[in-house]
Amino acid sequence: MPYRGSLTSREQVAVYDFSWPAIIFIPLVAVLIQIFIPVRVRYFPIIDLPLLVTIFFATARRNPVTGCITGCIIGLMQDLFSGPNHPLGMYGIALTIIGYLASSLGLKIDVENPGSRFLIAYIFFVLHQGIYYGVAHGLLRQTQVWSWSHVAISALANAVIGLLVFALLDRFKQR
Amino acid sequence: MDTFLGRYKNLIVLAAILFAQIIGLAVQVRRPAQAGETRLIRLWAVSAVSPVEKMVVHAQKSVYDAWANYVYLRGARRENRELRAEIERMKIDDARLSEDARMARRVQTLLAFKEQYVESTIAAQVIGTSGSEQSRVLYIDKGSKDGLKPDMAVITPTGIVGKIMQVFPGSAQVLPINDQFSGVGVALKETRLQGILKGAQNGATTLQYIMSDEKVEPGEEVITSGGDRIFPKGLPVGRVVSVEPGKDLFLNIRVVPAARLDQVEEVLVVTRIIDKEPDTKDLTPIRAADILAERLPTVPTKPGTDAAGNPKPSNVNSAGAATSAGGTAAGAGGHPPATGSASANKPPAGATTTPGAKPASAATSPRSAPGTATAGGNGTSKPATAAGAKSLSTAATGATTSPKPKAATLPPSGAASGNDQAPPTGDVSTTTTKKAQPASEQTPNTNPDQPAKPPTTEPPQ
Repeated sequence: MPYRGSLTSREQVAVYDFSWPAIIFIPLVAVLIQIFIPVRVRYFPIIDLPLLVTIFFATARRNPVTGCITGCIIGLMQDLFSGPNHPLGMYGIALTIIGYLASSLGLKIDVENPGSRFLIAYIFFVLHQGIYYGVAHGLLRQTQVWSWSHVAISALANAVIGLLVFALLDRFKQR
Repeated sequence: MDTFLGRYKNLIVLAAILFAQIIGLAVQVRRPAQAGETRLIRLWAVSAVSPVEKMVVHAQKSVYDAWANYVYLRGARRENRELRAEIERMKIDDARLSEDARMARRVQTLLAFKEQYVESTIAAQVIGTSGSEQSRVLYIDKGSKDGLKPDMAVITPTGIVGKIMQVFPGSAQVLPINDQFSGVGVALKETRLQGILKGAQNGATTLQYIMSDEKVEPGEEVITSGGDRIFPKGLPVGRVVSVEPGKDLFLNIRVVPAARLDQVEEVLVVTRIIDKEPDTKDLTPIRAADILAERLPTVPTKPGTDAAGNPKPSNVNSAGAATSAGGTAAGAGGHPPATGSASANKPPAGATTTPGAKPASAATSPRSAPGTATAGGNGTSKPATAAGAKSLSTAATGATTSPKPKAATLPPSGAASGNDQAPPTGDVSTTTTKKAQPASEQTPNTNPDQPAKPPTTEPPQ
């Protein structure tokens, strides 16, 4: 169980690992749920399960390189099922940056308690939306509408769901 | 150098991954996929995931069907009763509307209009979405193996859904009308103003390019205009909910889609649309008076009585003749259907052999105008003799050169208006033969709502 220096105690920065099936199937299932559930549940698209999974893996493994690679792969998977006017790489770029930042943050602060998890999910959701907006509007010149209220409410919902998802995924951790 | 790489390894990896993706974006923007073309990696991904989604959807549907069809049948009997009542109401509406449709088809033929008909559709199940708010595409469980192609219209019975964007072997991607990249040619149903319905990032749909000096009311229905060559003309799209002055010269009109796009589960893909003129081969020339007469109620036949006063079985001929006489006379008057007691009764089949039949007691109706008394002008249904009836029918037929007795060719029944007693049927026959005008001399009135103009011949005194 390797330890790294942090701003908090050594016990709180334990680096976790996951089994290969978990690494492969958890993101896959998250993407599948994300594309399937909205058929039945109207407001589900405001929840971003792939983003939450990316944050979880990044903060648990605390390795920026694996964090950004994980984010890149999950984001590209999400891109594959988006519309034809949605080029591959838009979610990829956003989740790559999120993965990097989340794993870097995991090295510095305690990400195990519910309060910090709530804040991390909330802040990273807003950041994710901002990066996506920047890519779509800045790089691709797509017309995008930014609504602070919508983003704030969506971030709140994601933060709440994130607590549940993180608690569920904690079961797959290996020391 | 090693120290530099080791120190900034994380940042270098991040920059490399981002750079690769940005290059990928640039390539895609530079060479966008053509219409109907699908990127191979998307094809692989969707093909890999579709079977799983189909399996999940079908399993869920099976469980739901088992529950709904075998377990949860509460209220089914009441619902069945209500639906039967609704069918009865719709049958009445159908009978009324079919005449309007026939008339419309004749008018369309005259104007050489071409209509678009949905000739064939394929039912499909929605198995997935994009899963994000930025893109609202749907995935359905039918693909190129089922004959689907890009740009086919996707509809539901309540309204249009979108169009096929990409087709995979076992699935297809649908771009709904509320997606921000969608555009549909639409028209307002009442004012016939045409515009483009566009989606937005938040899922709202707006009608664009309607000039601000036009008058558009909330609640007005929006239908497809057919101008985009994807959706057939006249399909329901939605309803206007708000109208506000927009930028430039156009109104900002918000539309609520008729189909529930956020909960759509089953759709129809229009695989074939044909342009053709309305089929009027089966429509024989018919005049407004006939259409009007067909709508008039008929009188039930009363059983005749023998010399002893005992009821005897009604004679179809005489009954039919009686209703013919009354009906034709009333039809000639061209008045709306009588609301008298006779109109509420249904005649036996034999009595309805003449479409223009009107109750003999129609003269007692408060809506009957003077001069519309019938054979039973005294308010009692007086069956005409068979001979007289035959003469009447023959006269009418001969006058109009139509297989059916034509109401407008008969003299107005004012003959009996001044006299409560019905004229002798033989006289009616004779008069009809003398005075009736040929149909060819009359201007056909194609509007069934307009009463037919009565002939100008004087009634017999």
